[in-house]
Amino acid sequence: MSTEALRIVWLYPDLLSTYGDRGNLLILAHRAARRGIGVEPVEIRSDQVVPDSADIYLVGGGEDGPQALAAQRLIADGGLHRAVGRRAVVFAVCAGYQLMGTSFFAKGAKCGGLDLLDVVSDRGPTRAVGELAGEIDPRLGLPALTGFENHGGRTHVGPGAVPLARVTVGVGNDGTTEGAWQGTILGTYAHGPALSRNPAVADLLLRWATGDGTLPPLDDTWPDRLRAERLSAVG
Amino acid sequence: MTQPEHRLPLRTKLATTVSKGAAALSRATGRGDGSVIGGRIGLMIDPNLLANLAAGRHVALVSGTNGKTTTTRLTAAALGVLGEVATNSLGANMPTGHTSALAKAGRTPYAVLEVDEHYLAQVLAATRPVAVALLNLSRDQLDRAKEVAMMAQLWRDALAAHPEVHVVANADDPMVVWAARDATVTWVAAGQRWHDDSWVCPECGSHIERSGPSEWWCTGCTLRRPAPQWTIKDGSVVDPAGGPHPVRLQLPGRVNLANAATALAVAAHFGVRVPDALPRLAQVTSIAGRYATVVRGGRTIRLLLAKNPAGWLEAFDMAEEAPTLLAINARDPDGLDTSWLFDVDFGALRGRQVLITGDRAYDLAVRLEVNGVPFAHVRSFGEGVDAVPPGRLEVIANYTAFQDIRAELDRVN
Repeated sequence: MSTEALRIVWLYPDLLSTYGDRGNLLILAHRAARRGIGVEPVEIRSDQVVPDSADIYLVGGGEDGPQALAAQRLIADGGLHRAVGRRAVVFAVCAGYQLMGTSFFAKGAKCGGLDLLDVVSDRGPTRAVGELAGEIDPRLGLPALTGFENHGGRTHVGPGAVPLARVTVGVGNDGTTEGAWQGTILGTYAHGPALSRNPAVADLLLRWATGDGTLPPLDDTWPDRLRAERLSAVG
Repeated sequence: MTQPEHRLPLRTKLATTVSKGAAALSRATGRGDGSVIGGRIGLMIDPNLLANLAAGRHVALVSGTNGKTTTTRLTAAALGVLGEVATNSLGANMPTGHTSALAKAGRTPYAVLEVDEHYLAQVLAATRPVAVALLNLSRDQLDRAKEVAMMAQLWRDALAAHPEVHVVANADDPMVVWAARDATVTWVAAGQRWHDDSWVCPECGSHIERSGPSEWWCTGCTLRRPAPQWTIKDGSVVDPAGGPHPVRLQLPGRVNLANAATALAVAAHFGVRVPDALPRLAQVTSIAGRYATVVRGGRTIRLLLAKNPAGWLEAFDMAEEAPTLLAINARDPDGLDTSWLFDVDFGALRGRQVLITGDRAYDLAVRLEVNGVPFAHVRSFGEGVDAVPPGRLEVIANYTAFQDIRAELDRVN
């Protein structure tokens, strides 16, 4: 950790916050605080400089225009690249996941991504809208992923990254795999407040950021009931 | 204005008769309130039924993400000064609902129709309105609805195709202003508590800056808040001549005062004087159960409908400090995605007894836990009523949860 407090940066809420993306910031802060870890949440608008010394960066979803603009500004700023260079944690969802890759499509045009995650996104034949579930890569030791997806893209995972999960319900990257994982960068099509249904993923991000391999467990009665309900609704 | 003599085509007459019969049957059998089925059957017999039924009437349309049912009701009340008004006051706001409403009303010189945002272009073309009121645009049922910028574009295109239509629009919503700016517009300072869908200029993509309670402007182009002709000040609606009119409503919240201002602005375009309309606005109580108060088991229960983040913020503004039941579903009419719960700050409810219910109560439970709002889960509305002490109970529910509760209360209006 950079200082005593865990610094969590939510990037560009003015551009990338279409689907309750603030939830991931709130959930990480909540889960850290309940373990006595101090948290400093920081919201960085697209006309502000991206700090390169934070511990966790969150990149949310958005419409095509804002997505392309966000990618341009993040590339020009360079702060996120420097942060990733020192192994900061990044959690990116939906449009944010796509723009972490090499390239993506927005408003019918191919756009350059941040090139921090070895994925390439293009357009699919149909829009993927609905419940998404999958078995997460066993190396991460996490229970099933559950979320809601709403995107028109299809994403191809290159050799530098690993798919986050194998799809059991929904489309994800391409109907077979979902999301991607590379070092301490994690991307997913489970959009918006994805961590609300996946507290174990939230804790993985916190473990990566704090270097503490054994976070004390929390009372997850409500997230567990939500997970059980959602997974049985689609199972 | 006088009504031109207008003869309905034979097919339209038949469709109208069958439509009314189906609606009556729907109500009589308890299957629905008849506000959609009649129109659906009528349109099968005469595809031009809506246009034929609208012809010869002076029509006003009301659209927007929030407040359209209430504003439609208020506008219909105001136009009542001039003559009989047909309206779809049950909130059935797609062409089937418009058709049912006009068929049921028979011939009236005026009509005020609430229009689902997605259908504005189609209904503009069919009904050739005198005026259209545009309230606001914000995220709503995103897994199905058009995203906000796309919706603004649809509106802009629809208005461009009908330059003869007079627009009454909210000067405080950048997306609405952009959609309407090339039309002939009366601007109303109707407010927009919710800003999170209008930080990016729909014209040029630059950042939209805000200052004070209502000023906003694009940092990259000429889009900015137009000077409103109608404003709200200290519980009064101020008309373009500067005359303040104290407005007494039975509906709560600042947002309903703004809805009244919009209704008055539309009515003024039809020639209604504000003082003539005000007593009629004051008679409007609940609308299809919205704001209805019901006494049950010693509890005075008030129903507030909130369908999206902007609507929830307005509901918290209206709700009294009292035990509060929140009910959340995610069925088709609600949108299947509950992500929006994290766009709403429920912190305003801290300190109240909060109960949660509905199909998706667990999504709300996780949200409230993270929000630091203590709550208890109840399995049904009835259990929630029993769980609070005698006295006031505020109920805030999204669309189908609201309808479920209304049904339990015998379709309260």
